[in-house]
Amino acid sequence: MKRDSHRWKWILVSPALLVLILAASGPLLIVAVYSFLSPGNMGGVAWDFSTDAWFRVFFKRDIFEPENVTLNADHLAVFQRTIWLSLQTTVICAALGFPTAWFIATRPANRRMIWLFLITVPFWTNLLIRTFAIQEMIRNTGTLNTALLWLGVIGEPIEMMYTDFAVLLGMSYVFLPLMVLPLYAAMDKLDFRLVEAGYDLYASRFQVLRHVILPLVKPGFIAGSILVFIPSIGAYVTPRVLGGGRSMMMGNLIGLQFGQGRNWPLGSALAMVLLVIVVVALVFYLRITTRETGGRDGQS
Amino acid sequence: MKRHLTLGLAALLATSGLVHAEGVVNLYNWGNYTSPELLEKFEAETGIKVNVTDYDSNDTALARIRQGGHGFDIVVPSNSYTQTWINEGLVVPLDKSIVTNHGNIAPEWVDVDFDPGREYSVPWQWGTTGVIVNTSVFKGDINDAGIIFNPPDELKGKINVIPEMSDVMAIAIYYAGGEACTMDMDVMRKVRDMLVSAKAHWKALDYGTVDAHAAGDFSAGIYWNGATMRARLQNEDLAYGYPTTGYPIWMDSAMVLADAQNTENAMTFINFILEPENAAMISNFARYANGVTGSEEFMDEVMRNAPEIVAAPELMAAGRFSPACSQEVNDLQSQIWTEVLQ
Repeated sequence: MKRDSHRWKWILVSPALLVLILAASGPLLIVAVYSFLSPGNMGGVAWDFSTDAWFRVFFKRDIFEPENVTLNADHLAVFQRTIWLSLQTTVICAALGFPTAWFIATRPANRRMIWLFLITVPFWTNLLIRTFAIQEMIRNTGTLNTALLWLGVIGEPIEMMYTDFAVLLGMSYVFLPLMVLPLYAAMDKLDFRLVEAGYDLYASRFQVLRHVILPLVKPGFIAGSILVFIPSIGAYVTPRVLGGGRSMMMGNLIGLQFGQGRNWPLGSALAMVLLVIVVVALVFYLRITTRETGGRDGQS
Repeated sequence: MKRHLTLGLAALLATSGLVHAEGVVNLYNWGNYTSPELLEKFEAETGIKVNVTDYDSNDTALARIRQGGHGFDIVVPSNSYTQTWINEGLVVPLDKSIVTNHGNIAPEWVDVDFDPGREYSVPWQWGTTGVIVNTSVFKGDINDAGIIFNPPDELKGKINVIPEMSDVMAIAIYYAGGEACTMDMDVMRKVRDMLVSAKAHWKALDYGTVDAHAAGDFSAGIYWNGATMRARLQNEDLAYGYPTTGYPIWMDSAMVLADAQNTENAMTFINFILEPENAAMISNFARYANGVTGSEEFMDEVMRNAPEIVAAPELMAAGRFSPACSQEVNDLQSQIWTEVLQ
């Protein structure tokens, strides 16, 4: 009887497993294999084993003095910019997301669903369209500058388009809900009697925030940060449209190799590097969260 | 070359009417490049319905067709890719018993390098990649690539360059005194240094910027002639410059796929677009010339004498057909490109 139900579990779970294996591991395996091949003519790959793509991810043979091999400063600059912009996006989302989630969590229970629902409204519109809408807002002759000029607040249009500011604005806007939702989930479970207890013990508002609320909603912060950081690392549309393609992020660098660069193996190797960065972030996440629960288990 | 903006949907919607059709033909073409009126007319005359699917780069189109199972009948690649399509057997020779209008191809467009005698392809549209300038900001000679590569003070920080590696490289190499696809390292070193220092003065490398040029967000840039014309029709101050050191000419040609499901209908469509009146419809929509004899008289007034299409002979002579560079050259160029965009 017991073995029977065990078998049924496996049979029921197998379609999902199959989809996961085929849709996730399959393409990943192809990318991994491609990264060890040679570029084909006009795109594609040639089936000759080569580690050149991996070499070129990190090292650079000077174009004009081939015997001169250095670290690939171009790629490293792109990696660095990508990680830096993603970290900034995460911090901005956390700073904006915390008060938002707090606001929702402190509404009467029957109103919270409406506010949560409003948070998801941007997802109804395609990402590309929302990005172009931001472009219309912030370009030199766009809505914001026109309004400010008309009001006489500024004399010259503020240069916002095609800057890192524009990229950060776009990414923060797009990924903010991914921070608000887990933060809200954490606050929803927050026992407000603990906050009251803090005040009863003469803690200041700041002390309550610092020593009571923040530690309790920390899992929400961590989950939100991971949810924002990972898609930021792979962002493609936002840096291209709002950044104007002037400075690449990793997504654009990878796109270049599969398009005009016609170097699919290099693109595959770069995609694997992106994957490694994501895995490192996830491991970091797991270590923080398991340490938390591990500590609590130890005490009980 | 994504010279057609993002409005391809309009063309798509216009062609999906519920009309009884005797057959279909599936056209795989650049976005916002196919005149909806042209398709309506074709359907009315032949009863064959045309479905259009967009692509945004030669590489995308090639990769998708190589995969197979696509269901398309006609594709419209650029000159530098045409031979790859032919050599790989992805397209079939034209059926001259159906394509009876073959003789309408303008003589100068018949014996082209990429398809001598036009055995496989017919002209869709052709154009040039040059310089767009706002003449209210810059008063100097506009037929000069130096505007972009060594910009004067009034244009610094106001330049947009299309992110089209091969076009930008070609103009830069010509400006540095080399030939397209050169492996002359002295020239390429000059090109690299020039691009890296010029980029500091570029505001963006973006595609769909007709409106931004017209609105004055940019004051100069590397751009296609037809797109420049569309911008100029919105803002009279804009002008198209033909760099005298050299600039690329390109042509997109229609071809029938080897694994097409509707080969006969596809040939009928190919024949249809070689009628001067129909070719003119293509040009009136996207604002590029087409390479079909006699189509001029059916073109809009604004097209016939447009300075973006008709220029002084010495300016026209500086245009060069951009060949497809070898893998080795492409690799060198993309390394430089990465350094510029890092």
